[in-house]
Amino acid sequence: MSKPLIGILLGAVLGTFDGLTAWFTPAVRNELASIVVSSTFKGIIAGIAIGFFAKKYQSLPIGIMFGLAVGALLAFLTAHFAVGGYYFAIMLPGSMVGLIVGFATQKYGQVPRVAHS
Amino acid sequence: MRSLSDKKIEQLRSIAANPDFSSTKYRIVKELARGGMGTVYLAEDPELSRQIAIKVLSTPEANSEIGRRMVREAQIIARLEHSGIVPVHDVGVLPDGRVFYAMRLVRGERLDEYAARAGSVKDRLRKFQAACDAVAFAHAHGVIHRDLKPQNIMIGSFGEVLVLDWGVAKILPPHRVSEASEAETLMLPARKQGANDSQSISEDTTHGTIMGTPGYMSPEQARGEVEQLNQCSDVYSLGAILYFLLTNESPKPTKGHATPDRQFEPTPRPRELNAKISKAAEAICMKAMAPSNLDRYTSAAELSTDIARLVDAEPVSAYRENAFEKTGRWLGKNRYLILLVLAYLLMRFFFIFSARG
Repeated sequence: MSKPLIGILLGAVLGTFDGLTAWFTPAVRNELASIVVSSTFKGIIAGIAIGFFAKKYQSLPIGIMFGLAVGALLAFLTAHFAVGGYYFAIMLPGSMVGLIVGFATQKYGQVPRVAHS
Repeated sequence: MRSLSDKKIEQLRSIAANPDFSSTKYRIVKELARGGMGTVYLAEDPELSRQIAIKVLSTPEANSEIGRRMVREAQIIARLEHSGIVPVHDVGVLPDGRVFYAMRLVRGERLDEYAARAGSVKDRLRKFQAACDAVAFAHAHGVIHRDLKPQNIMIGSFGEVLVLDWGVAKILPPHRVSEASEAETLMLPARKQGANDSQSISEDTTHGTIMGTPGYMSPEQARGEVEQLNQCSDVYSLGAILYFLLTNESPKPTKGHATPDRQFEPTPRPRELNAKISKAAEAICMKAMAPSNLDRYTSAAELSTDIARLVDAEPVSAYRENAFEKTGRWLGKNRYLILLVLAYLLMRFFFIFSARG
């Protein structure tokens, strides 16, 4: 499996799960569907970016840092446009998802082969 | 008439023993090692301004069998251009008739010294796998080593692994790499490295010539069955090296003419000596060291593949795991990812319960 595909799948799964946990927050429960969709979309975007980064650069610490940064940035944008100002509740899990995807894409997936002339 | 002192006699003997390199471009710096067949010197190549190692035959017998064998040894190594095999730069004959060949100077330590120092089994296995790859390369080129042991594997200063001492190597016919009946054999005399089990031997028998090191040579090699030797004999030796790397003990010598006064003692399984060794590692070791060459890995490449899988915590061909072991291996392999996901879930539960509270 390629690194971008691992990023997309893991981002989508964790993003969906992340969105579903909004059910436990009664104040936003009636917006659950849109939260799940946006969270999944955010996870996929993060997965694509982190996966392609991992394909280009093979370094576990840099990959984790990049994942963390991408996850935090996307979560910040989500929190910024979300009603209620749940910065901490959105950004911490979002960053964590980025970190996990960063780790997984560095650790797993096929490393592209360098062609020799 | 004045008599010479013992010290003076020793000095003169030393001068006489030193090879005369005046007809070559090399300059001898010092002696590095001495064996039964020859001496290895540290030398300088002034044209390329680099230090090299030169192996010089002990006796001036360029046209003798032993001289020809040394030239053949150089030729064998020269044909094996691989990062795990020391390259030969030059071969020639000194004015006094001694054969020499120049090779890359390897700085580092022997595998047994490295194993005594390096604690991680994973590191040892990686070095071992690199040695397997070098031997597999030689096998692919129709050459079997026949004296593989930890003392003949060097770990360079930068972690590179080099297989040395191809003095008793054998060239197999290109079209019959797996068979040895028509093989050309290179036989060299015993090399005196010490009176222990790791001493290499060369002993004539009714079947053929015994070459190798007790404990590290295959049963067929110990029995002197030269016609039976093929790459599987090297696989046995590699298995014995793996045994040493896992247990820090050399395997017991196999029964054969090499050890006539020794009772055959079955080698204890690695886990009997060290219970921490994984079952998969033990299975690989025992498969490589199977008494019958039909039960061993068919090639060093196959053994190398299993070692790579073992290092990567993947299933190996030598061992069939049960479901419990499979799960344990998977959890062990993915423990960091599992821990991260668990940390994430824990954090999520914290948010959920703190929101409710």
